Amino acid sequence: MDEYALIMRHEDGGKIASPEQMQAWMKQTMDWIGGIAAQNKFVGGTGLPFDNAKVVWHNSVVTNGPFGEIKETIGGFITVKAESVEEAVEFAKGCPVLQGEGNSVEVRKIAKNDGGH
Amino acid sequence: MNQQELIPHLFRTEFRKITAVLCKVFGIEHIEIAEDLASETFLSAIETWTYKGIPENPTAWLYAVAKNKTKNYLTRNKVFTEKITPLIKHSPKETEEIEIDLSDKNITDSQLQMLFAICHPAISTEAQIGLALRILCGFGIDEIANAFLSKKETINKRLFRAKEKLRLEKVAIEFPGEAEINNRLEPVLRTLYLLFSEGYYSESQDTVLREDLCHEAMRLTNLLIENERTNLPNVKALFSLMCFHSSRFAARKNEQGEIILYQNQDESLWNEELITKGIFFLHKASQGNELSKYHIEASIAYWHTIKADTKEKWENILQLHNRLLQLEYSPVAALNRTYALSKANGKYEAIKEAEKLQLINNHFYFVLLGELYTGIDNKKAKQNFEAALALAKTQTDRQTIQKKIDSL
Repeated sequence: MDEYALIMRHEDGGKIASPEQMQAWMKQTMDWIGGIAAQNKFVGGTGLPFDNAKVVWHNSVVTNGPFGEIKETIGGFITVKAESVEEAVEFAKGCPVLQGEGNSVEVRKIAKNDGGH
Repeated sequence: MNQQELIPHLFRTEFRKITAVLCKVFGIEHIEIAEDLASETFLSAIETWTYKGIPENPTAWLYAVAKNKTKNYLTRNKVFTEKITPLIKHSPKETEEIEIDLSDKNITDSQLQMLFAICHPAISTEAQIGLALRILCGFGIDEIANAFLSKKETINKRLFRAKEKLRLEKVAIEFPGEAEINNRLEPVLRTLYLLFSEGYYSESQDTVLREDLCHEAMRLTNLLIENERTNLPNVKALFSLMCFHSSRFAARKNEQGEIILYQNQDESLWNEELITKGIFFLHKASQGNELSKYHIEASIAYWHTIKADTKEKWENILQLHNRLLQLEYSPVAALNRTYALSKANGKYEAIKEAEKLQLINNHFYFVLLGELYTGIDNKKAKQNFEAALALAKTQTDRQTIQKKIDSL
């Protein structure tokens, strides 16, 4: 069984939604993760708050951002176990961020530490 | 109390104390000598008390006899004396001067140290529970065999091998250092948790014995709480969990010994005192940042002490299961989570999630599917209950499932 990262890209919900809506999304996210964990396929993960985010560039140039207005900004990721990329894609389809048009979940296999990278 | 009642009672409370103190004196490699001397003490009591009557202070009598027997043993057994006495910590050369300290403090300390020694990763969890029952709870081999639904010989062999292993590993009977406490506590808590579960979920028909196992698990957990070095949040969370569960003892079985499902229990039989105690310790356990699986399980058990079905209750239970499963997967947690999902988010969503679990060797899985399909697709409900019936192992489980099929 391989491990896959499901990388969520979306706008900063806090800027476009009410606290109640945020709470509803939070519950949906917890239920989504709980459903994967109930199949013993959850490995780990975390949200990545947009506040005070920085980007470090070539020559140590540091800028603010990336900003959550851009739909390609990474808002968090989870790592799952899956038999195939198709199974990982099925998990990703349940991710609540996909309710927002333009948002996406990128599915990437995690390199094994076996030199076969 | 007459002698017929007194000796078994004292055996249950004092055998383990004498054994723990003597084990501490002799070291883990001579665990059998400690057990033998403690047994001989009780044999003497039976012989003497039958003719001379029960002494004024039976416990003090037992301690005095245990001390004498130990001293005699050391003096008589020259080989043992030469080999072992020099190894006994802080012991004077003269065996007559060895102090067998049966004070309350030393008894508690020795029991705690034995608890850490027995819950050693070198031996299997089953063996840890067996040894704890024998050495720390004073259970007879018959009772342990009954609790595990195994043969006496199997238990004897298991305990023998476990003692051999502890001897080989030279496990010290001592309190772990400050820095190691958390690591060493982990397996201890796991064993106490399993000891409790063994009693709570055991298939054994002996109700008294099962409750005894739970009480012993609580007594040992309480020993940890009473010691300031081990009075830690996860210990309190585990104790809280045990309080909540045992509050339902009287309500969860009928007179025929059949399990009464939670939703059908008479809540007036729930023990309020234990529920209050559980809430108290859960509150104490939450002072800090630690969130162990015992915290989550105790919180789930807390919500179950509120009988009324509210949205808030099931939403909380669902979210707690979501977190529990991220910390540690277990099929039971996955099934309970799916049940909570049906209560919080509705049956259709729960059916979709349940079908993904595919725990096809677990009869509870098919019971859950049967429950979820009931009222939505009774034909599927029946198929699932029938699949559960085919997998169920005990008579009680089969009866419960058959009732569900009949009521469809």
